[in-house]
Amino acid sequence: MRPQNLVTFPRILHPGAWWLWALGLAAAASRTLNPVPLLLILAVTGFVVAARRSDAAWAHSYGAFLKLALLIIAVRIVFQSLLSSGSQGPTVLFTLPEVPVAGSTGLKLGGVVSLEAVLRAFYEGLQLATILCCVGAANSLGSARRLLRSVPGALYEIGVAVVIALTFAPQLVTDAARVRAAHRLRGQSGGGLRALKRLAMPVLEGALDRSVELAAAMDSRGYGRTTDAGRVSRRLTGLLVFGGLLGVCVGVYGLLSGTSAGWLGMPALLTGSVLAAGGIYFGGRRTGRSQYRPDPWALPEWLVAGSGLVAAVTMFVTLAVDPAALVLASVTAVPPVPLLACLGIGVAALPAFLAPPLPRPAPAAPARTETVEVAA
Amino acid sequence: MIEFDGVTITFSGESTPVLRDVTLAIPEGELCLVVGRTGSGKTTLLRAINGLVPHFSGGTLAGRVVVDGRDTRDHRPRDLAEVVGFVGQDPLAGFVTDTVEDELAYGMESLGLPADVMRKRVEETLDLLGLAELRDRQLTDLSGGQQQRVAIGAVLTTHPRVLVLDEPTSALDPLAAEEVLATLQRLVHDLGLTVVLAEHRLERVVQYADRVVLVPGGGRPVSDGTPDEMLQHSPVAPPVVELGRVAGWQPLPLSVRDARRRAAPLRALLDGLVPPGHEAADGAGEVVAGLSDVVAGYRQVPVLKGVSVTLRGGEVVALMGRNGAGKSTLLKTLVGMRKPSSGRVRVGGEDPAALKPARLLRHVGLVPQVPGDLLYESTVARECTQADKDAGVPSGTTVALFERLSPGVPPGQHPRDLSEGQRLTLALAIVLAARPPLVLLDEPTRGLDYTAKHRLVEILRDLASRGHAVMLATHDVELVAEVATRVAVLADGEVVADGPVRDVVVSSPAFAPQVAKILAPQTWLTPTDVAVALAGVTTVSRP
Repeated sequence: MRPQNLVTFPRILHPGAWWLWALGLAAAASRTLNPVPLLLILAVTGFVVAARRSDAAWAHSYGAFLKLALLIIAVRIVFQSLLSSGSQGPTVLFTLPEVPVAGSTGLKLGGVVSLEAVLRAFYEGLQLATILCCVGAANSLGSARRLLRSVPGALYEIGVAVVIALTFAPQLVTDAARVRAAHRLRGQSGGGLRALKRLAMPVLEGALDRSVELAAAMDSRGYGRTTDAGRVSRRLTGLLVFGGLLGVCVGVYGLLSGTSAGWLGMPALLTGSVLAAGGIYFGGRRTGRSQYRPDPWALPEWLVAGSGLVAAVTMFVTLAVDPAALVLASVTAVPPVPLLACLGIGVAALPAFLAPPLPRPAPAAPARTETVEVAA
Repeated sequence: MIEFDGVTITFSGESTPVLRDVTLAIPEGELCLVVGRTGSGKTTLLRAINGLVPHFSGGTLAGRVVVDGRDTRDHRPRDLAEVVGFVGQDPLAGFVTDTVEDELAYGMESLGLPADVMRKRVEETLDLLGLAELRDRQLTDLSGGQQQRVAIGAVLTTHPRVLVLDEPTSALDPLAAEEVLATLQRLVHDLGLTVVLAEHRLERVVQYADRVVLVPGGGRPVSDGTPDEMLQHSPVAPPVVELGRVAGWQPLPLSVRDARRRAAPLRALLDGLVPPGHEAADGAGEVVAGLSDVVAGYRQVPVLKGVSVTLRGGEVVALMGRNGAGKSTLLKTLVGMRKPSSGRVRVGGEDPAALKPARLLRHVGLVPQVPGDLLYESTVARECTQADKDAGVPSGTTVALFERLSPGVPPGQHPRDLSEGQRLTLALAIVLAARPPLVLLDEPTRGLDYTAKHRLVEILRDLASRGHAVMLATHDVELVAEVATRVAVLADGEVVADGPVRDVVVSSPAFAPQVAKILAPQTWLTPTDVAVALAGVTTVSRP
């Protein structure tokens, strides 16, 4: 058995597996407002991130996403309370002073705040927050940059462009700070449109210079040398990939929204996938690039991606078989526990053990024995 | 290996060619040094080797450039990727990926080499350049010398026969530069690679070169020959060669070792003479600025750890130390760009961090590492008027200053089109408009050729004689020997030495100028000092 197939062999899991896992959880979260599975999904993401994240800078982004999620819930509750029309439920929590809004817009500020309105806002906010945390988990477990390395050959140019943009953006910020500091030396306090104009000129010049320099470096290192196919085949691949991706998007929308016409769902998704796969295959044949140490896709990747899929599938099955367990009859009722869906989400916690442990940096090499002897 | 046959290069929109009728042959396995003033066409010559000129830059190339049997006329730069490795001036700007290992593999991926070949070559290159321990590191976290070595490694993995480098050491401190040059020499000697490099700091590289190509600029003919032939009459020469001329040595020595072996008679001749002190002309003036026990930097990682320095009028203080030792931070603290977390900073009796920008520029001026940061107008003239307004001085002051520092620049020119040296003097003129008693310069010789550097030395001496206190952070030991009256060495955020130039630099292996190394234990610093002393000796008996 190749060591890559062992779940105990320390290595970095393919970031694509993490993103698929997270997408599965996000898809599950998108189908329900029931706080029981939502909170469970939130817990699962936190648990897996705590177990398998690395020490790299991006790995700490989960915390930021969690804070943003809490903020979303809070904002949602506050706005709902301020703008609630009072007709949303009989249980009055408290009454705010009311500010009439001119005209007959139907809007009002303040007034009666009902428990139902607050709870509904909380549940809806929780759903959005959960989906956000799934993305945060994927981002801190699988580096987005590393994921870009594994884009298929046909999308390679786009991948390169994104990587370069990711490098340039922080550089622009540092440049701007440096130039601003320099302008202070000329006795300018800064502020206003004029200051911005003065800032923009040197910063953009610097960025332009660097881009030209980078383009020259890439050209002299053989970039684009092997992509010399004819125009027709290039157009055809582009059309296939683009059309396919469009189909995938429509299909996913159809599946997730649950209310659109039948052909928008699975059929569109399948057609789109086939088209895109075809385009990527032909485009990949055309590039002739090779890849250095591609991230392997072995058993642990299947397991991790699969566990996310299990969570999504059980949720969709529950929705078909027992929709009452996912849709709350009334917001104030004690939420039911959808057993099957919860089991599926539980499976999605397994990557905490199924994903291979991360390699630790090797300990520093011991001092050479000769020097020890000499010293002794 | 590389042949230029009647090459004339004209960029579009220009009436005169950058290079005219260049005929040149560089045989295999040579280390070839390209020298010339800024803007003379060195970079154009280098870029023509791998076809970046004219394929990438535009313009027309008449004649032929043939590299390893391939004519650049029919081969684009990418088609020459496995023949010519090209490393630009700023390694960071040329990096495509973000880790060392990926960067080394990038070129091979583009060529579509099989996976096992790539794997093997990456490991070999990591070992060859001593990068094995850095393999997983982010490129942005590396030091300048390490980045430059990664950039060299990244083009070596495609196994080119020729390596072209444009000023590979201009941004490096002396030790990091040594590191890179030692790597290059190993490549030439062990792998038989042909290396072509442009460099301003001849004293660093000329000893390793087999051939020197002089690009005089202005369309005058390019000449080439062995280093001592070329340096015999060259107007620009490293101090070791200048000393050789002063002492009348034939053939000229190119390295400290060569010179040292012949220097015994000269040392005997100079014995008993007192080398000039290089101290401030009429003693140091009054205190202009001072730091006491300053701690500054980041909260957890202080960059300056308790630094005390005093600056007096009429002094030129050189601030030395390796990259990251805190030189720039110290300068920034003096202009109030950084607030010290403890300690006291006083410039003209006031705290620079608390001063309004409009008042600050009357006390202290800083020319930043990239002088262009100070400039934003579209012409030199407008830049100068704006500076007059900023400083509240009669209009015309800055233009007059600039004219004195850098005569003959048309006022309608865009600051971007100035040479490095002219841009530096423009920034300096702007800073000087408000007549600050303290003038700071961060790495002023980066990218300057000998002529521009010479001009800078004169300007700095003139400033000091007018009573300004000048402090410059620099790696350039020869500049320090020429101009400084005092040297402060920073290491790890602390001042480890502060005193007259002679006391500090002569005994230091990294900071000693070439003349001091040759004539040690005598403490001469520059060829001019030696020449003046020799002229004073009435009975000169040339060996």
